[in-house]
Parts: sequence; C-alpha cells; structure tokens
Amino acid sequence: MKNDWPQWEIFVRSEAGLAHKHVGSLHAADERMALESARDLYTRRNEGVSIWVVRSEHVHATDPAQSEEFFEPSEDKAYRHPTFYHVPEGVKHL
Amino acid sequence: MSDGIEGRPEPDDARQQCFESRLDRALKIEPPDWMPDAYRKTLTRQISQHAHSEIVGMLPEGNWITRAPSLHRKLILLAKVQDEAGHGLYLYSAAESLGTPRDELVAALHAGKAKYSSIFNYPTLTWADVGAIGWLVDGAAIINQIPITRCSYGPYARAMVRICKEESFHQRQGFDIMWTLAHGTPPQRAMAQDALDRWWWPSVMMFGPPDAASVHNEQSLRWKIKLFTNDELRQKFIDQTVPQAERLRLTIPDPQLRWNEETQHYEIGPVDWDEFYRVVGGDGPCNRERLSARVDAWNDGAWVRDAAAEHARKRAGSEAA
Repeated sequence: MKNDWPQWEIFVRSEAGLAHKHVGSLHAADERMALESARDLYTRRNEGVSIWVVRSEHVHATDPAQSEEFFEPSEDKAYRHPTFYHVPEGVKHL
Repeated sequence: MSDGIEGRPEPDDARQQCFESRLDRALKIEPPDWMPDAYRKTLTRQISQHAHSEIVGMLPEGNWITRAPSLHRKLILLAKVQDEAGHGLYLYSAAESLGTPRDELVAALHAGKAKYSSIFNYPTLTWADVGAIGWLVDGAAIINQIPITRCSYGPYARAMVRICKEESFHQRQGFDIMWTLAHGTPPQRAMAQDALDRWWWPSVMMFGPPDAASVHNEQSLRWKIKLFTNDELRQKFIDQTVPQAERLRLTIPDPQLRWNEETQHYEIGPVDWDEFYRVVGGDGPCNRERLSARVDAWNDGAWVRDAAAEHARKRAGSEAA
C-alpha cells in the first residue's frame, strides 16, 4: 500500500486578538502529527499562540480564470464606500 | 490542486499575454494561475534543487553536532541544522504547489537525476569548518536568496522571506565561531585560516558559472525568477566578505585579490571553473557519500512513515465505525 502522507495547510495565530494566517503547508499522517509538525516547523521562534491545520483537499478556492466575472459585481459600486459621499462644509462627526 | 492546463498542446496567446502583463506589472503568479509550461518546469527545477540543497546541507554540519566543543555550541548547531530541515520543507511545499508531488522530487534526488548545491560535496574536516560554512556559505546563500523574496512566484517568494530571516542567525553564529578561533591560541587561529583557505573558492563558485557561460540567466531574469545575474551577486558577496576577513585578521587565499579604487569593488583572481564543473558533474570529494547518506536516511525511515500511515488509517477507521 502506498503510504503518502496527505498534505495539510497551516494557519498560525501570532498573538491573541489576531486572526489565524496561512503560513504554508506540510505532509503528515494525521491531524495530531500535522499540529506537532506545524509547531516544529512554523513556530520555532515564538511565531504563534495557536495553530489550525486543514487538509489541503478540503480547501475550496475561486477559479483564477474566472476572477474577473466573479469579483466584477463589486467594481461599479463606489457608493459602498464612505468617500463616495460629499460632506457639506462645516458638518462634523460624519 | 488542479490547474487544468497540463497537457494542453500550445498555450493560447491570450493567456500568455495575461501572464506576461502580470510580470510587467510586478504582480505575483500564484499556484492556480495559468503559467507557461517552461516557467513551471524551470521553477520546479530551481525550487526543488534549492530544497535538496537545504537537506543535503544538513549532512556536513550534522557531522559535528556530537563533536561540538561545548554544550552551548552544540545547542546552536543543532538549532541551525534543524532550521535547514525546515527550509527544505518550506521549499518542497513551494515546489509541490507547481504540481509535482514531493516524493517524486525526492526520488529524483536519490536517483542522482536532480542537482543540489555543489558546496555540500566538500568535507567538514575541523570544527572551524562549521564556522566557515555559517559565515561564508550561509552568507553567500543570503545574498542569493534576498532578491528571491521579490521573485514572481508567490509561494517561492514567501518561503524565502522566512528562510532569509533564519539564515541571518546562521551567518552570525558562523562568524562568531570564526571570531572566537581567530582570537584563540595559535593552533586555533591556524585552524580558522585553514578553513577559510578551503571554503573561500567553493563559496565564490556558489553563485554559479560566470554570466557569459550561464545557461539559465537570461530567461530567468525575464521571468523575474532571478533578479540579479550570477556575477552581480558574486561581486556583492566578495565586496561584503573581504572586509569581514580583514576584521578576523585572516587572509583570503587569493594573491591577486585587490581593491579597485575606480570601480569601488574588490577584484579577484581567476576562478577554477574546471573544479566547479567537476564537482557539479558528480566528482567532488563527497558526492557519493552525501547521496548515499540521503538514500540510507530515506530507507531507514521507511518503517516510521509506514507505521504513522497505518496508525492514521486505523484511527480513521475506528472513528468511522
């Protein structure tokens, strides 16, 4: 039987209060090994206080070939930004 | 990850144009993006060679872990060699994102089909060699790698950011060993000088053949896989290392080495490129030993990989039940 260890994507929270951020990937037989290897590989210099590991095959991503159509709907909606609006002179706290 | 383009006979012009325009606008290429087959192939070769170099590079230094002169030096060297393993893993991941599984890359190394940095085919004869490797070899590696943090392929650039941070520790610990020996007893000074004598030229050669003879330079520069030429990087290394050797009061083994006031650069004597090609070609002092150490490590570790996979299968089975 072929014993390729599956690939995992690694996310590290650098300090409490910040979001987990993708830092790379690694191979491990199971989630425990993935967590321990991620610690050994990606937090050797106090880079993290928490780690998430996710099997790479469980990540679903947008298709770069369709990025334009996919993200296009937000492009012509400048009114979603506060800078779209004119603030009359003298009006404060707006 | 699927890219849906492998095996397509001819890249279509629109995709090619889009790719080139991204390069021109200094936008990164990411794994699922369309890229020309040659770009993918070149990057896979370069990144996997780089990964192999990190892993093989553990061998000459690992040789000294049990013989480090103090517990302090032993801890530092152990940490450094562990870092090199990590660098190899970051880089294998980056290479895999281009579509070739890691086992295939490792198999190519073990079959002698893939290259790694020739410098690791030289032996580490004394403790001073550990100092010289950190100072010179890691110093050269930093100069090579810093520009790669800005290369066009996202995963490679990101891996390189982490690696460069860690290499800086490697270079300093090496210089620290050299400094200590250079300020020690006459035999210790002699040992430091001997290490510099043996590692200087191989380090100068680490940047690859001169620009005029380099096969990969031009295309890689266009693809922004490479941002400076071999000779430019080599000059930078020389300019920065010669004054460090002077501070150590050690002599660079090159009677023709001189400062050129006009160009504000050091000039070196002729490099023995025959030696370089001989070692690249497999005939260095330790080529066979390095490769067989890698193959043995892989084979000896097979039962661990099998056991871990079996354990994971059993656990997955009992959870499903």
